[in-house]
Amino acid sequence: MESTSPLFALRNVTKVFPGVRALDDVRLELYPGQVTALVGENGAGKSTLVKTMTGIYQPESGEIWYDGQQVTIRNPEDARQMGITAIHQETVLFDDMTVAENIFAGSYLTRGRFGNLDWKAMNRRAQEILHDIEAPLSPTAMLSGLSIGQKHMVAIARALSVDARVVILDEPTAALSHHEIHELYELVRRLKARGTAIMFITHKFDEIFAIADRYTVFRDGAFVGDGRIEDVTEPELVEMMVARSLNETYPKVEAPLGEEVFRAEGFSHPTEFADISFAVRKGEILGFYGLVGAGRTEIMRALIGLSEQARGEIYIEGQRVSVRSPADAVQAGLVYVPEERQQQGVMLDMPIYQNISLPQLHRTSRAGFLSTRNELAVARQYGERLNVKTSSWSELVNNLSGGNQQKVVIAKWLATHPRVIIMDEPTKGIDIGSKAAVHAFMSELVQQGLAVIMVSSELPEIMGMADRMIVMNEGRQVREFTRDEATAEAIVSAATGVRA
Amino acid sequence: MEQSAKLPIPNTLSTPLKSLLVRWETFLLAVFAAVFIAFSVTSPYFLNVWNLSDATFNFTERALIALPMAMLIICREIDLSVASIIALASVAMGYVAQTGADVPLIVLTGITVGLLCGLFNGFVVTTFGIPSIVVTIGTMSLFRGITQGLMGNQVLRDYPFEFAFFGQGYVYWVFSFQFVLFLSCALLFYILLHRTNFGRRTYAIGNNPTAAEFSGIKVRRHKMILFAMVGVMAGVASVLLTSRLGSTRPAIAFGWELSIVTMVVLGGVNILGGSGTIPGVVIAAFLMGVVTFGLGLMNIPGIVMNIIIGLMLITVISIPVIMRRIQQHRSRHL
Repeated sequence: MESTSPLFALRNVTKVFPGVRALDDVRLELYPGQVTALVGENGAGKSTLVKTMTGIYQPESGEIWYDGQQVTIRNPEDARQMGITAIHQETVLFDDMTVAENIFAGSYLTRGRFGNLDWKAMNRRAQEILHDIEAPLSPTAMLSGLSIGQKHMVAIARALSVDARVVILDEPTAALSHHEIHELYELVRRLKARGTAIMFITHKFDEIFAIADRYTVFRDGAFVGDGRIEDVTEPELVEMMVARSLNETYPKVEAPLGEEVFRAEGFSHPTEFADISFAVRKGEILGFYGLVGAGRTEIMRALIGLSEQARGEIYIEGQRVSVRSPADAVQAGLVYVPEERQQQGVMLDMPIYQNISLPQLHRTSRAGFLSTRNELAVARQYGERLNVKTSSWSELVNNLSGGNQQKVVIAKWLATHPRVIIMDEPTKGIDIGSKAAVHAFMSELVQQGLAVIMVSSELPEIMGMADRMIVMNEGRQVREFTRDEATAEAIVSAATGVRA
Repeated sequence: MEQSAKLPIPNTLSTPLKSLLVRWETFLLAVFAAVFIAFSVTSPYFLNVWNLSDATFNFTERALIALPMAMLIICREIDLSVASIIALASVAMGYVAQTGADVPLIVLTGITVGLLCGLFNGFVVTTFGIPSIVVTIGTMSLFRGITQGLMGNQVLRDYPFEFAFFGQGYVYWVFSFQFVLFLSCALLFYILLHRTNFGRRTYAIGNNPTAAEFSGIKVRRHKMILFAMVGVMAGVASVLLTSRLGSTRPAIAFGWELSIVTMVVLGGVNILGGSGTIPGVVIAAFLMGVVTFGLGLMNIPGIVMNIIIGLMLITVISIPVIMRRIQQHRSRHL
């Protein structure tokens, strides 16, 4: 057993929404100075749990224990005063304010009897906190100029300014580069050293084993198990999560390679990338690997005509085509499944079938007039092919899980009968089940003669799925590997600029 | 969200009666009916077809512009220069009429000026990427300024006799030309927004402009067309208004942009874009018309009328919001 008792604990907590038991009699223990990884597929109840811990939701039953006492967290302000803070990707920070203003937002230091804001004290205190966590940031820097990783540091500094004793990190590394992730780990270690209890939510297993001391697994709103990280293996964790043993190998099927369908020549951009040339053949998955900021997404955007400054030539089946807008790209059979699903991929407040039919309304409609029946037919055909889980095709996309939203985006593009499909981080932030479905589907696509260009930051995904991979470093294509010659070490050293 | 693997996923799950009851349009219609009955009871002059027909003149010109404005707002843009476009178009018609031009040419002038103003707004917004609220506040002053500069304190009233038909004529019995034109346009815009690809793309852009662009929609061109449509309808409204008044003064249609936007918002169009319907806007136009008319019958002065319309807007808009809050409080979902 543990030498210390938990700082924060949930016992038999249940939270019910109409039709769903979002949390069903769950328990959770967080220990001071330890990182507890919370793992579970999407829909396992993780976000409900976070909201219950931070006072946004009130549980129907169960007990919350904090520091040896039973407590009620009535609202977020309660949680803040108790020192419970959650940091997630959407953590509310203010872009047009300085680092210090963000750290103290809502709890400004004041002086004098009129409560004048004491900027001097706040900047000084902010400096201390930043120094404490060794974050190289100036308190007076504007937030808009910082990277996502640096913004996380600000969020953490903000948590510390109110003396947080329980810090929840909700997928903090999802948008971070390799280097930034390491800085974040360092920060987590320093928080541990201060005795903070940390809950770490992530989809990435390597992170769990790199940073966590303990784990807790949820499935479908219920507690499945917990324990010390030394006592568990990766396959065991996965099995607890999905309750079926999941083969971690990728559903790669080698499709026969046909002739070249797509070729990009001499793509350059004044600041982002230079001299990018490559070709893809029918039945081939071409992977693009690189660190965040290597210019991969920028290239993909240029290919579909979204970058005015980029120059380069595109050939589809040997024919030169002019692609100056996504509309041209779709016309040419080149489609892009974007990285930022919710910002660039779906219309959240529109029904599934309208999302799927959008790029090809000219095909489903008659003389410009909508045909709901045709739209539904297309949505059904492709939605079923991708196994979108929904109660109806008229359901708003907003009500789907991340994985199913991604399937809707893919269905939408597939319905346009493309020849080349670009997938930018196709499995980012989606649960393991959906991930496997997307991968299996990619294999199916290439078997049908499509060409797939896949951008990914996940090495196993690239190595597992791509037939050929191009490694990018600072806007240039530095190496190319075939599936057989690729090794993790070689790819990573090429991406980080290490000369092999 | 779970369903058995064997059953096909249905196209829709809506329970018709319930979804009808929670619709904004139904709610507005109920408010309209309540107001209508209240006025019928309180004023003996209210339930008279000719009086009611007269009442439509209060709002049809504005409501005509509210139709494309609704689409523009759904598309996350706005045009606050419409009243000034009416003024500029009216002046142009006044000068053309002075030269002794015939009616078709006068009408064409008004509509063309409207179109050009709309295109100008659209061009500035889409080419330079400046928020339309800023651009059209600018052109609101610009167009009105040109009008005043051209006219000084003059009044233009050399319109031919036949020109009066648009603003004063009747097509059949109590149905004025204006009113019939408004109903026809409402039907056209209903079809355009709710039944065509163009309408669907309007919603898509309003919902998520980035994703719309990524989906191959020509967002700029689309917005340009909407600005042009607003301009054209402002030109049409200018024809009607000028014809009804029989003259052009620099202050013509002053302040109309806000009552047009009020109609659109009251009609259930989200001011942030993405949702709203033409039937909603049409009912809102009727509601505002009937309230203005009824209060007029009760000899309520204009200032008080403004206060009442303002309060009505806030109340009608906030009731569903408050109700939704209560509902959400009872059933927060994931």
